[in-house]
Amino acid sequence: MWNSPAEFFAMGGYALYVWCSFGVCLAVLLFEPLSIRARNKAIIRRLKQEQLAEQFDKEGSQ
Amino acid sequence: MSALLAMIRRDLLLVMRRKSEVLTALFFFVVVTSLFPLGIGADTALLRKIAPGVIWVAALLSTLLGLQRMFAADYADGALEQIALSPQPMVLLVSGKMIAHWMVCGLPLVILAPIIGIQFDLDTSSLYILMGTLLLGTPVLSLLGSIGAALTLGVRGGSILMSLLVLPLYIPVLIFGAGAVYANSVGLDTSGHFSLLGALLILALAFVPWVTAAAVKIAIE
Amino acid sequence: MTDTNNFDKNRLVNWFKLSSPSTFYPVAGKLIPLFWVLTAIFGLAGLWVSFFVAPVDAVQGQGYRIIFIHVPASWMSMFIYLVMAAWAGLGLIFNTRLSAMMAQALAPIGAWMAFLSLWTGAFWGKPMWGAWWVWDARLTSELILLFLYLGFIALQASIDNPRRADKAGAILALVGVVNVPIIYFSVKWWNTLHQGASVSLTKAPAMAQTMLLGMLLMALCFWMYTIAVGLMRVRAIILEREAHTDWVRQLDEVKV
Repeated sequence: MWNSPAEFFAMGGYALYVWCSFGVCLAVLLFEPLSIRARNKAIIRRLKQEQLAEQFDKEGSQ
Repeated sequence: MSALLAMIRRDLLLVMRRKSEVLTALFFFVVVTSLFPLGIGADTALLRKIAPGVIWVAALLSTLLGLQRMFAADYADGALEQIALSPQPMVLLVSGKMIAHWMVCGLPLVILAPIIGIQFDLDTSSLYILMGTLLLGTPVLSLLGSIGAALTLGVRGGSILMSLLVLPLYIPVLIFGAGAVYANSVGLDTSGHFSLLGALLILALAFVPWVTAAAVKIAIE
Repeated sequence: MTDTNNFDKNRLVNWFKLSSPSTFYPVAGKLIPLFWVLTAIFGLAGLWVSFFVAPVDAVQGQGYRIIFIHVPASWMSMFIYLVMAAWAGLGLIFNTRLSAMMAQALAPIGAWMAFLSLWTGAFWGKPMWGAWWVWDARLTSELILLFLYLGFIALQASIDNPRRADKAGAILALVGVVNVPIIYFSVKWWNTLHQGASVSLTKAPAMAQTMLLGMLLMALCFWMYTIAVGLMRVRAIILEREAHTDWVRQLDEVKV
């Protein structure tokens, strides 16, 4: 169907619209899981810190 | 039934003691509608065209202003909990509040709107249609708005949040209400709009009091 | 008699066991990679059909290929709202925390789908009908759906008490679900009344079989993606809300 990669990227003159659409779609689909992973890391870090702090308190009071 | 009337009487009494709150909402309605000609220009043909939309949007916004009063004051001083604890069915008491709100915020709009309509050079039949749509539509606005008011009780930034929650729900009423006036001004039949507005009102009356009662209970517990 | 009773009781117990965050967390963790794989499979298949199998449109040229994400995103935005409202409703009726957490997890995905639908709609409309935005019934309803999503997210974010946030959000979602058909119908009516832009983005090119196949594959891709990201987010929500329970502290990733 496509005679050359150049033709594929040109999309019959609609390149801007097609690639902006697909591009933003891909960006959103990548952004969400990455942001959730960051959120997960943040909460796990916080929980670890809390546990460390508790251990510290326990050792300190002994 | 007497619980309903008692609630209406109570809310109306409270409003009479603080008339300024209500009058400011109505004043807001008048001011906002005056802003549009100032912003767009005094071309009468254009004003006649935008009048239904402008008047209806201003009605929506001033109803929102009045909604903040519905539960917030009672919630703040604990009266709402007492109301919830009373042996009367919550639905009746909440309905009383909604009716009182409509009498204070919605009904005056119905009376004020023709005056604003004259400012926008609407013809007489359109003025009647405008009053009719507002008469059917403002109760729906009070009903739907009460859900937003109940959900955002005591929440930080609650009043803005309530507006954002409630405005999408208002859109059908806006479309049919303003659409009826516009249709009349171009000579089309408005019976469809009125029957749809009536249907919305009946639907809202059938469901919303129970939803709002549940929302108030959630906010209190 | 007693055997079937036991069997039923076992099944009932197992189902409700899954509704506790502590049992659901590891199960979700194991399911997530599976759904990512499915997303990739359907996505590749869908993109293959969109770009290399579906023919050029006579009227719209190559630009119509945007339909392969615009329509699936619209479908998903509406479908996710229904599912979100269903979970929120279940949480309200059965008073289960996890159902409400699922609703909270799905809302942002739905909002992004609505946004993508609007964005791709604009990028499709500009070359075809010359305007970035037309007040077409479908696009306008999609915009209002985005507002409904944002309202739900904002409400849950502003209420501090998590259980109250769950229940308030549930009521809002259920009210929204009832209103969506009413809003769509009224917007359609408004669109025909005002005879504004006589263009309609719903008048897609006549559906060739391959186009429908491409859209279905991309829709399935988005669906698998939604489940994958939904499960990921619900795990984060579970960690945040159950932070001080024993089972969280004993988790491998949290234990010091």
